Amino acid sequence: MSGHASAENIGHGSPGHAPAPSTHEQPSSFTFDAQSEAEIGRILAKYPEGRQASGVMPLLYLVQDQMRRQTGSAWIPRVAMDAVARRLTMPPIRVYEVATFYLMFNIRPVGRYHLQICTTTPCWLRGSDEVVAACKAVAGVSKFEEMSPDGMFTLTEVECLGACVNAPMMQVNDDYYEDLDGDSTRRLLEALKRGETPPRGPQIDRYNSAPVGGRTTLLGEVGERSADGQPDRHPDTV
Amino acid sequence: MAKVTVDGIQVEVANGSSVLQACEAAGKEIPRFCYHERLSIAGNCRMCLVEIEKAPKPVASCGYPVMDGMVVRTDTEVVRRARRAVMEFLLINHPLDCPICDQGGQCDLQDQAFSYGSDHSRYAESKRAVQDKYLGPLIKTVMTRCIQCTRCVRFASEVAGVPELGATSRGENMEITTYVEKALTSELSGNMIDICPVGALTSKPNAFTARPWELNRTDTIDVLDATGTNIRACARGAEVLSIQPRTNDEVNEEWMSDKGRFSFDGLRRRRLDRPWLRVHGRLQPVSWQDAFVAIARRLEGVRGERIGAIAGDLCDAESMVALKDLMTALGSGNVDCRQDGAQYDTSRREFYTFNTGIAGIEEADALLLVGCNPRHESPVINARIRKRWLAGNFPVGVIASPGPDLTYGVELLGDRPSALTALIEGGAGFTEALKAAKRPMIVVGHAAIAREDGAAVLAAAWALASAVGALTPDWHGFNVLHHAASRVAALDLGFVPRPGSRSVAGMMSGGVDVLWLLGADEIGAGRIGPDTFVIYQGHHGDAGAARADVILPGAAYVEKPGTYVNTEGRVQIAFGAVFPPGEAREDWRILRAFSEVVGHTLPYDDLPAVRRRLAEVNPVFARQGLPRFGASDLSGPAGNPAALGNAAFGNAIHDYYQTNVISRASATMAECSRILVHPVVQAAE
Ligand code: SF4
Ligand code: FES
Ligand code: FES
Repeated sequence: MSGHASAENIGHGSPGHAPAPSTHEQPSSFTFDAQSEAEIGRILAKYPEGRQASGVMPLLYLVQDQMRRQTGSAWIPRVAMDAVARRLTMPPIRVYEVATFYLMFNIRPVGRYHLQICTTTPCWLRGSDEVVAACKAVAGVSKFEEMSPDGMFTLTEVECLGACVNAPMMQVNDDYYEDLDGDSTRRLLEALKRGETPPRGPQIDRYNSAPVGGRTTLLGEVGERSADGQPDRHPDTV
Repeated sequence: MAKVTVDGIQVEVANGSSVLQACEAAGKEIPRFCYHERLSIAGNCRMCLVEIEKAPKPVASCGYPVMDGMVVRTDTEVVRRARRAVMEFLLINHPLDCPICDQGGQCDLQDQAFSYGSDHSRYAESKRAVQDKYLGPLIKTVMTRCIQCTRCVRFASEVAGVPELGATSRGENMEITTYVEKALTSELSGNMIDICPVGALTSKPNAFTARPWELNRTDTIDVLDATGTNIRACARGAEVLSIQPRTNDEVNEEWMSDKGRFSFDGLRRRRLDRPWLRVHGRLQPVSWQDAFVAIARRLEGVRGERIGAIAGDLCDAESMVALKDLMTALGSGNVDCRQDGAQYDTSRREFYTFNTGIAGIEEADALLLVGCNPRHESPVINARIRKRWLAGNFPVGVIASPGPDLTYGVELLGDRPSALTALIEGGAGFTEALKAAKRPMIVVGHAAIAREDGAAVLAAAWALASAVGALTPDWHGFNVLHHAASRVAALDLGFVPRPGSRSVAGMMSGGVDVLWLLGADEIGAGRIGPDTFVIYQGHHGDAGAARADVILPGAAYVEKPGTYVNTEGRVQIAFGAVFPPGEAREDWRILRAFSEVVGHTLPYDDLPAVRRRLAEVNPVFARQGLPRFGASDLSGPAGNPAALGNAAFGNAIHDYYQTNVISRASATMAECSRILVHPVVQAAE
């Protein structure tokens, strides 16, 4: 599933979002490439004339995607925010405000794989500490917000990503990896390092958020009724 | 109208008013931080909580509309506790560093914590700290003190029209910043200091100089432009330490321009504080008596028509009437106030004033600017135009050379007089906009009239005003925007050459033998003939004093009582806040004293007598206030609209921060000019 639409990291004070980024890591220019340009046309067509500023968030995502394509790091440099402002004829500060407000916009470079690890209560109860430890060990970083020396990983601690039913979980770029533990996390990161893309979703034997170990309900045929005339129920559930 | 009961008091307020406004109408004080009557409503501080009958919990009154029959309570235990709680929350992350804060003593947070807060805090954890921001040479920031009311952000985008400030990040990490650490490019930025309810934004030039309770406040009038901004000069001892606006809805609302506010350090630098006399080519200090005698000697045997006087841009009406009377006594009609050579028709006052009135802008429904850049010529008037523009349905046409962004949407109609002709002929679409408007306004600036065909431009603008229906018995849509504070008073006094006498240009290059410059520094002193004997009466050692043979030290505007007439023709009286430095004196007194030496004693000994003389010369000086008026006589100013030239209109002001002797002497203004007007292009990173 896409992290864009669902990730609502409310109340999360990410250190990456406090200070204005230092200039040394900022590129000096940004231009939309052909692929982004095509996409911009599609996006802006959705808004009535004079309301183009509404497209600021989709355009910022576009920047992030283009940066990933071009540099391997999905982030939004300041010059790109200016480019968005120019394109939408809105004051640059209004773009800065949006870009710094939402944590899904990275305003400093991140690793090729941005690991957003949920540490909110359900995930934490189900062992997110192990996931964090495994990520730190494989990436070779000591704290969140740090990029691994090889530029592969950046760890970010996030609040609930809405996949608690498959806790603990983390988001890798746009994909959710769920039902993690220390080992599976390690395997996942090693695979990513090798350039593989392991299948997203639960990392244990489970279909999406269906019960572990197979179905526990709706075991009969479609339309079959149990003896009491009620729709079929599994004997274990009441 | 809605009937509202506030603490048992019945009031009627307009529908759509807020509960807070109703409470104010009932005479109840409601504490607030984010609410400001001239800004949009943000509702984010929660300090204005009140109880409303049938509402389950306290309501933020600033953003809550009244309803008929509403019953409001502002002084119940619930309200008091709510305010205490809000205060406690606001102070959690506030550094409480009042002893080292310049806002101390004039701080809303301090006052409201005292009046509505609790006497102690229960918060023992560490506070958040915020890095200070760079906002330019005028505003000092201590951002840890910020309570994020966003007044400054709203001011920048709404009133000033320069959306450069914002709130980045969120929650605990929210910060007020430009994000790119740049100087704000507004000519009104100082007002953010006034509206910031805490000490987060304070005045950089005033940092750590004075406590508000040490200052003596004197009501006076800003003369650094012709808006006639009502100001208060705050002085300690002999020094003016800060200047703040006073509220006057007719003129400046509660805003003032940065130049007026921050030029005060120029009042201490390059001052002329004693008389000087040029002896063998060098200026030497002399006594008043010797200076007067030297002038009197030089005047001996000089015929009246070989004597001239020029009044500068900062003069009070009193000194100009005295100088004019002196010149008349000496037999000279060579007096002029038009340093820039602007062409006026002084036969009727409406030909040279801003007749619509500043407040009248809000009633206009179309605007044409001709050779005029209000953003630099009067930032406060520009803010009024923007306010009107924000209200919608306000087409603005501009005939001028490209200048700074005026902060509102404009239609560029050309940069030279031909565009005006096109409008008159009706070819251009904007003529229709003006004609369709019920109350169109035309504003002529000095870039349009301070040129050879100035009279023609003025006449053409009048003709257009008359053609599009801007001149009716109850609407006067013809305006001249001045930027020299003394100009309208000078024109009212007839401080222009009589027919056959010499104008500024005529007095240059040896046109007169003796030239009296009353604070006139912007005439190109180099053009004065080498043999002309120059008397410079003024307060700053600038171009005029450098050329002078005799220097008579006068008083700057905050150092003397004076009468000023703003661009609208509004007569306003200023009081003196401090004494002039050293031996400098009030200007009309200098002229009065000198007149005695040459045996033409001016017939006034005290200020009331000079003011009586002003009213005698022109009755407008006796008038208080400025009633709105329409146009009754449609015949236009002299000038042949057919004589329009073809040169593009220039700019009346090239460097907003350096337009007169005071701002040129100010280190703060020089810094602004360096950073904002002449930015060094940074090498590409
Ligand atoms: S700086 Fe002052 S005006 Fe601006 S948000 Fe903070 S407290 Fe309010
Ligand atoms: S708590 Fe981790 S996804 Fe909800
Ligand atoms: S004044 Fe009402 S919420 Fe701030």
